[in-house]
Amino acid sequence: MFDFALIVQSIPFLLRGAVYTVQVSVLAIVFGLALGWLLGLAAVSGVPALSAVSWAYVQFIRGTPLLIQIFLIYFGLPAVGINVPAFWSGVIALGLNSGGFQAEIVRAGIESIDRGQTEAARSIGMSRFKTLVFILVPQTIRRVLPPVTNELITLTKSSSLLSAIAALELTHAGQLIIARTFAPFEIYAAVAVIYLALVAVLSRGSAFLEKRVFVNY
Amino acid sequence: MAVLRVEHLSKSFGTTPVLNDVSLTVEKGEILIIIGPSGSGKTTLLRCIHCLEFPDRGTIVLDGVAFGAGDAPDRRWRPDPPRVLDAKRRRVGFVFQRFNLFANLTALDNVSIGPRRVLGVATTPARARAAALLDRLGLAEHARKLPSQLSGGQQQRVAIARALSMDPALMLFDEPTSALDPELVDEVLTTMRELARSGMTMIVVTHELDFAREVGDRVIFMDAGRIVEEGRPADVFSAPREERTRAFLRRLLRTGAPHRPATGIESPRGRIHGETEPTTDAAADRRA
Repeated sequence: MFDFALIVQSIPFLLRGAVYTVQVSVLAIVFGLALGWLLGLAAVSGVPALSAVSWAYVQFIRGTPLLIQIFLIYFGLPAVGINVPAFWSGVIALGLNSGGFQAEIVRAGIESIDRGQTEAARSIGMSRFKTLVFILVPQTIRRVLPPVTNELITLTKSSSLLSAIAALELTHAGQLIIARTFAPFEIYAAVAVIYLALVAVLSRGSAFLEKRVFVNY
Repeated sequence: MAVLRVEHLSKSFGTTPVLNDVSLTVEKGEILIIIGPSGSGKTTLLRCIHCLEFPDRGTIVLDGVAFGAGDAPDRRWRPDPPRVLDAKRRRVGFVFQRFNLFANLTALDNVSIGPRRVLGVATTPARARAAALLDRLGLAEHARKLPSQLSGGQQQRVAIARALSMDPALMLFDEPTSALDPELVDEVLTTMRELARSGMTMIVVTHELDFAREVGDRVIFMDAGRIVEEGRPADVFSAPREERTRAFLRRLLRTGAPHRPATGIESPRGRIHGETEPTTDAAADRRA
């Protein structure tokens, strides 16, 4: 019935896919975090043009499927003469997408900080910018850690969509093996377990930050 | 010389007038007490003096320097450019009803961050000075604690130290003991007494009549956005001229605390805005 030997044989190939998935995800996470904070801060900047850009961006990203965004970059951009390899298409699409969602998390996070914090900072002569940098952002980081972790987990798992543009990530690696062995149950089960392990690392990392780094406030 | 001169200050929230042609001066070293019922405009007056709230009309002059411009013929008040306002504002210390200590910083950093980030003092001397300030207020042992690890009274004293760290010419206190448990009120009042004795110029919105009588040089009674009565605390408290002052004092002496309603701590803003503007998150309220 359940062919463990096949799974064992497949592990090296699947792990190569997993490495690809990790590489794409880590780069996209870095990109997405940077973009998310940038857009989130733009949203609360008080500069109408910046918040409008941030709002429009979030609407587009939230309102369209990630798969279409991936296709737009990988299949769409060549039509205007820009060829992006599958790997970088993945990094860009996942980063852009995650950045949009994180922007909302960051915006809500900053807005959730008691207004008294801002008033106290302004009362000792801090500018809006310094208030943001030294008072609001540090408190926001702690507060948005759980939802941002969720978002990064979603990003990591969404990288499986890159199988649709034949990127050699974990899901696609599994599909290739299945095409040869006709054993979808075993292979997809193995793939699922590997994703679970990857996500567990993220969760533990976040829990560590929450409990040990940003304690008590 | 007057440290602060406020002339013809008016402000409305929407169509509700909150301050109506308020004028006052505070001399150097003077302790001015402001009393009055909820919604009388005391807090808004303080917030306007500090430009946390912008007045509609009037002039505010601190140490000869005008906050914003209110001297046009129509007396309409115009704010300074942000940078100018920030620079002027640090000459005034503000102590909030609910402390508002920076939640992410230790007591020591709460007191040193202003000098470091606003005045550009290097970290080591700024921390040393902050430690000395905390020590002076009897808080040396709490320097490394976060606000969440301090009692309300300790938090408020750290907040006073934070305001003092900027060497203000004037200190504003917005009901500094109203959010405290009764047994914690005294430590804050003691700190304020010492501050008054050191010659600091202060405006204190409070309902602590004993404190007002003992420390205050002058008391102002406000109602409905106006100054109703003004005089020496002993005179105003024992022989108020106005019926409204008499009624207020009677109520205050009977209940002891007109500002501690059953619903909990009120937001200074919420009181004026009513339900139109939820101002603080519930978690912060609970913490406070």
